[in-house]
Amino acid sequence: MNWVWIGSNLVLIGGRILEHLALTAPPIVIGLLLSIPLGYAASRSKVARSILLSVSGILYTIPSIALLVLVPVVFGLTILNPLNLVGALTIYAVAIMVRSAADAFASVPKDVLASATAIGFSRWQRFFVVELPLAVPVLLAGVRVVSVSTVSIASVGAITGIEQLGSFFLDAFQRSFLTEAIVGIASILLIAAVYDVILTRVGHALTPWNRQQGARMASAGVYGVAGAAPAGGQL
Amino acid sequence: MNLFGDAFAWIFANWTSGSNVTGHVLEHLVVSAVCVLIAVAIALPIGVGIGHTGRGRSAAILISNGARALPTLGLLSILILLTGVGLLPIVVVLVILAIPPMLAGAYAGIESVDRQTIDAARALGMTEWQIITRVEIPLALPLLIGGLRATALQVIATLGIASAFAFGGLGIYLINGVNTADYTQLLAGAILITALALIVDGVLAIAQRFVVPHGVARGRTDPNGPQIRTRARRSHALQEGMQS
Repeated sequence: MNWVWIGSNLVLIGGRILEHLALTAPPIVIGLLLSIPLGYAASRSKVARSILLSVSGILYTIPSIALLVLVPVVFGLTILNPLNLVGALTIYAVAIMVRSAADAFASVPKDVLASATAIGFSRWQRFFVVELPLAVPVLLAGVRVVSVSTVSIASVGAITGIEQLGSFFLDAFQRSFLTEAIVGIASILLIAAVYDVILTRVGHALTPWNRQQGARMASAGVYGVAGAAPAGGQL
Repeated sequence: MNLFGDAFAWIFANWTSGSNVTGHVLEHLVVSAVCVLIAVAIALPIGVGIGHTGRGRSAAILISNGARALPTLGLLSILILLTGVGLLPIVVVLVILAIPPMLAGAYAGIESVDRQTIDAARALGMTEWQIITRVEIPLALPLLIGGLRATALQVIATLGIASAFAFGGLGIYLINGVNTADYTQLLAGAILITALALIVDGVLAIAQRFVVPHGVARGRTDPNGPQIRTRARRSHALQEGMQS
């Protein structure tokens, strides 16, 4: 490890970390938002399910480096546009998330839905107040998988010249300089860990009924404020 | 959209003109196959052992989840810097990356076998080895091949990236295309790699359909029926608890 190099290149490292964050956060969020209606449709109809799952299976089969080249051609962007990477990562995110979103909505007990209808909830109310909150734990498990793989796959973008932490790997190889590669891997693992902590906390806040008693009571009070929106209490 | 036409024309022209497209396809296929075979030889016995005994599954979950976080490009660059350019470091990285999905497929497959079936086999006087080879593995084959599909995809995709580190294969067209700003060649490379991945996955998907044991295929009425009791289902809570 060449600590001097790290010390004198903190601006470069920080810049690439920011670029990595800017390129990976949108695909995770957009992927989740797109997969909720798609997954819901898949959990409601067998036809929609088989179509959505086969399409997402095929999309997931396309190797990342190839998808990164296909996206700009299909959407008419230049090859160096960072949006290519965002687009390719979003496609992967949706491909993984549709299945877990479908499982998430299927995991909501039928009795609960019937009760909600009996109380007089409209379809939309039932979806946002009952089904979506109860689907959160399974949705969360899916988003965590997507988040980790998005952060690591993004580095492939370096090959087509989209600058982020992956660029350290190619630089390291060209200059035979191991430190750069280690900095790249460590930063990627760090970002993956930070995203995972954020997602776990958000999931914790959104599912007040799942919270454990005892040791976690103190922090639960803090999350309770943020988690008041979904109608866990009303159920 | 004309770009796609150009790319297909490029592939056709280079394939027929005796330029080395066939060689690169074969190189990609053979190296992938070798890496997958090594990974299967290592991960299958371990995964089956974990699935059969139920021991070490938390370690296996940790490994297969943790491996997703490791960037393939980074692993390749570090290992090649440490060992020098060549086929060996690439094979080593590919095998390392191929083990987790195969391990996951193997233990999930064995775990998915109905416990009552295993108890019945034991009651009939089968030895543990017979239970593994004649009951658990045949019943787990669809999931085992599912693990093999994930493994093969992982290897084919990563090998495409390995071309950035002086390996031939199909990724060479992507690298050449980027370096010379030749978008036709770039797209041709992307199409070739995608086609290879889809074809290999398709062949394994067909194999997956054919390996369901006859007795199971005939007797299956409701695969989600309540009577099936597997260790996988019982330990679901454990797995979720571990991850949070």
